[in-house]
Amino acid sequence: MTRKLFHRVVALLATLLLSFGFAKADPAKVGFVYVGPVGDFGWTYEHDQGRIAVEEAFGDKVETSYVESVPEGADAERVLTQMALAGNELIFTTSFGYMDPTINVAAKFPDVKFEHATGYKRADNVATYSARFYEGRAVIGHIAGKMTKTNQIGYIASFPIPEVVRGINSAYIHAKKVNPDVEFKIVWVFTWFDPAKEADAAQTLIEQGVDVIMQHTDSTAPMSIAEEKGIFAFGQASDMMEFGPTARLSSIIDNWAPYYVERTQALLDGTWESVDTWDGISTGMVEIGEFSERIPEDVRAEAQAISDSIADGSYHPFTGPINKQDGSAWLGDGETADDGTLLGMNFYIEGLTGSIPN
Amino acid sequence: MDFAAINPLLFISTMVAASIPVLLAALGELVVEKSGVLNLGVEGMMIIGAVCGFITIVHTGSPLLGVLASIIAGGVLALLFGVLTQILHSNQVATGLALTLFGLGLSALLGQNYAGIKPPNFPKPALGFLSDLPIFGQLFFKYDYLVYVAFLLVIGVSYVLSRTRSGLILRSIGENHDAAHALGYHVIRVRLAAIVFGGGCAGLGGGYLAMIRVPQWTEGLTAGAGWIALALVVFASWKPYRVILGAFLFGGVTLLQLNLQAVGVKLNPAYLSMAPYIITIIALVVISGTSSRFATLAPGSLGKLFHKTM
Repeated sequence: MTRKLFHRVVALLATLLLSFGFAKADPAKVGFVYVGPVGDFGWTYEHDQGRIAVEEAFGDKVETSYVESVPEGADAERVLTQMALAGNELIFTTSFGYMDPTINVAAKFPDVKFEHATGYKRADNVATYSARFYEGRAVIGHIAGKMTKTNQIGYIASFPIPEVVRGINSAYIHAKKVNPDVEFKIVWVFTWFDPAKEADAAQTLIEQGVDVIMQHTDSTAPMSIAEEKGIFAFGQASDMMEFGPTARLSSIIDNWAPYYVERTQALLDGTWESVDTWDGISTGMVEIGEFSERIPEDVRAEAQAISDSIADGSYHPFTGPINKQDGSAWLGDGETADDGTLLGMNFYIEGLTGSIPN
Repeated sequence: MDFAAINPLLFISTMVAASIPVLLAALGELVVEKSGVLNLGVEGMMIIGAVCGFITIVHTGSPLLGVLASIIAGGVLALLFGVLTQILHSNQVATGLALTLFGLGLSALLGQNYAGIKPPNFPKPALGFLSDLPIFGQLFFKYDYLVYVAFLLVIGVSYVLSRTRSGLILRSIGENHDAAHALGYHVIRVRLAAIVFGGGCAGLGGGYLAMIRVPQWTEGLTAGAGWIALALVVFASWKPYRVILGAFLFGGVTLLQLNLQAVGVKLNPAYLSMAPYIITIIALVVISGTSSRFATLAPGSLGKLFHKTM
């Protein structure tokens, strides 16, 4: 071997080594699992907006992927396993029903970090996060109580889980406070996303005389029906303005973007920890959509005041005296509900009719 | 509990309107199965019809073009199924399932930019004084055009199947394709026609959902209506008029469930949600209890492969 060739080989090796050393690190992979389609313009849409915000914030450093319309249950476990095997380092599971699948899969992949939305089970590599939607319900409950003429408010509920029950109670308290004659008609549709069924439910409620509809499901169908029938409704999870330009009074908007960006940053910094986050209006995780012009000005101001007082912590939507549905005392005068009770809330408060299905 | 809150007239008229998508899809599938073909792709054809109708009505503003687009889209997808199963002899069950998956995926792709758009209003026929009649007006004369079309279609299909020569040929092919072939009938041609008709009906059912009933496009809009339509054909034991009964029952139970909840009846909604399926199973058990009769109900060559040389 000539000396010249030897030099060349060394130079080549050096270049190779150097180029390896300076090569960009592989992007961190972050995965999202959605319960509905990203085009639902409700719950899943907002989560996907959060994912897009992560992409924008980190550029090449992070690669995101998502799987939409994943059924809650056994199928979710398969999808989660696949995502973990595909090299995702952080996986957001964005529906209550993914709770056990997330815990199970997380146990098999201790190096992968999971974030489960709206659940209550955690592990070393499973964090939970949720938003205090009931704070938003307090604001729109107040508006609904003021706006109803028939004193009948319809509520399209999804599944009988604490999050949904909490929303019903919070809305009812604040509607009742401004309108003692108000009645809630609650319909459980047992789905998060089924436009046809949600439309049927809205139709049924309207036929029975409600003139304001609230929903805790993900599609915009109830809003469309409300628009068609000329009654009032509220945007849920997303603003839904374009679906009911005249029907929509306000909305509860979930803004996950700051949280997703913050948690991805923690992953990159190596500071990620399993935590439990439950933010509301104060941090902007729950936003109140713009008030419609159709709400009288004084009511708009009152609603804004409630929102502000919740944001600065001076008011808690569950402040006693509040009795349970059966008349037994729950909160004493001036007492506020603790998070533990709220997280496990499985009872209606006094005045609501019907019972929570199980 | 205030049952007076349920207005029976409104309930019935909503039930009629709610049952139209499955009614149309089931009617189409009934004809397909009568010709001896099992197309499990109803859901896929419905949702393609829904998205194509929706896109068309949004762009042209014409309900008629929207309806035509729904029918054509469903028919084209069905034709794909027909070519695969009848000419290329692929397995009907697998192809049908693939058609559903394909339809769901394709509709999501086509509809990507259409979620969140409000379609123009679908006109209702002006029936003048008829709509103002007490009781009868609400019960019979307050629907949109497609409701009347659907019922006329049931009458038409029933008539053609039972009273005309072409209906007889179609049924004979469904009962025994080899014999029909030996008699000189064009088994594949007739079946292709039936499949396309079924696809058109399913597409129209989907279009009704997207353009009139919800009215909006969202991914996964049909949410299983196609599968209900398939169950309905069996429930109706392949008889057109019974499809109406079944569609009312399926649609009515869902609505009844929602109504009862709204008046505060303490009943687990899960029971009523599964009721239509339980009724289907019971109907099947009762029908097949007399085995000789059941054999005459399901078309004899249903789902079987037909090959001219065999």
